[in-house]
Amino acid sequence: MNTALYIVTLSLLFFSYYKDKKKTKMALKKAWKAFENILPEFLVVILLVGVLLAVVNPEVISKIIGSDSGWMGVVLAAIVGAVTLIPGFVAFPTAALLLQGGAGYMQIGAFVSTLMMVGVVTMPVEIKYFGKKLTIYRNILAFIFSFIVAYIIGLVVT
Amino acid sequence: MKKILKRYRAFLVVVAAVLVLTIFNYELGMKALNITAYSLKEMILVIPPIFVLLGLLDIWVPRETMVKYMGEGSGLKGILLSIFIGFAAAGPLYGAFPVAAVFMKKGVKFSNILIFIGAWSTTKIPMFLFEVAALGTQFAVTRLLIDIPGIIIIAVILAKLVSKNEIKKIYQNAENFDH
Repeated sequence: MNTALYIVTLSLLFFSYYKDKKKTKMALKKAWKAFENILPEFLVVILLVGVLLAVVNPEVISKIIGSDSGWMGVVLAAIVGAVTLIPGFVAFPTAALLLQGGAGYMQIGAFVSTLMMVGVVTMPVEIKYFGKKLTIYRNILAFIFSFIVAYIIGLVVT
Repeated sequence: MKKILKRYRAFLVVVAAVLVLTIFNYELGMKALNITAYSLKEMILVIPPIFVLLGLLDIWVPRETMVKYMGEGSGLKGILLSIFIGFAAAGPLYGAFPVAAVFMKKGVKFSNILIFIGAWSTTKIPMFLFEVAALGTQFAVTRLLIDIPGIIIIAVILAKLVSKNEIKKIYQNAENFDH
């Protein structure tokens, strides 16, 4: 996946350079400025994620939502998903383990949904671009929406 | 120097907190630092190409083109494009925000930007395959089918919740991001 991203980026960059050196330089300058602007927030988020994942590992998660069932389990699963930020290639196998550990599809649906859509630790970055109000509204709506996702998944998936 | 210190103040506070944590609980602190190093590596790998692509997009794609496809009056075409770009993207959610900023500069409609953020946050094409493998086709497909209308509805509600003035401010803020 990363390789594809690099191949596309590099070929476009070479093409741009071939077409117009000055414009390419300007594009790279803009890229650097945009990156440098958000770097402090990025670093905060990455450190917070490090601490969070050290504390909240799969065993802890499965203790919280593993054998629980019903709506209480769904609420806990949604909260755990909202505050953690786990890359997908770790999250989905973890969710599969939780299923084997006795969690229901409804809880897993809530967990996966808030994990993807709600980002409590990434809020500093989001606020810098969208402001406090919109960031908080978006995360709250996504959190509520995750319960609908959980409910429907609970109905459909067996 | 003072300016740099001020900008990185929050980061320095968190670093200090992690170091204190490491003194009290060596194992936990080291684990946190290890995971941080790992995410940092991931960030260094994925983030630079995203920003370079954004720089190129900013320079080469004229505003009129973006407005035509994703701006006011782009209708269903704009919605579908926003969803598709979000799904096809790579990287964690915080990578979506700089992209949104460039979209704002190029005059993409606010609700389409929110749909794009929603799509990016719910799934990606490679992630979807992971989800199918780990949790089954039924789970992944059901989630995808609920999410598509879901992100559109959330975008519409959000666009209604903030005033025209606030949206204008967010767009102005985006103008300053590469200066």
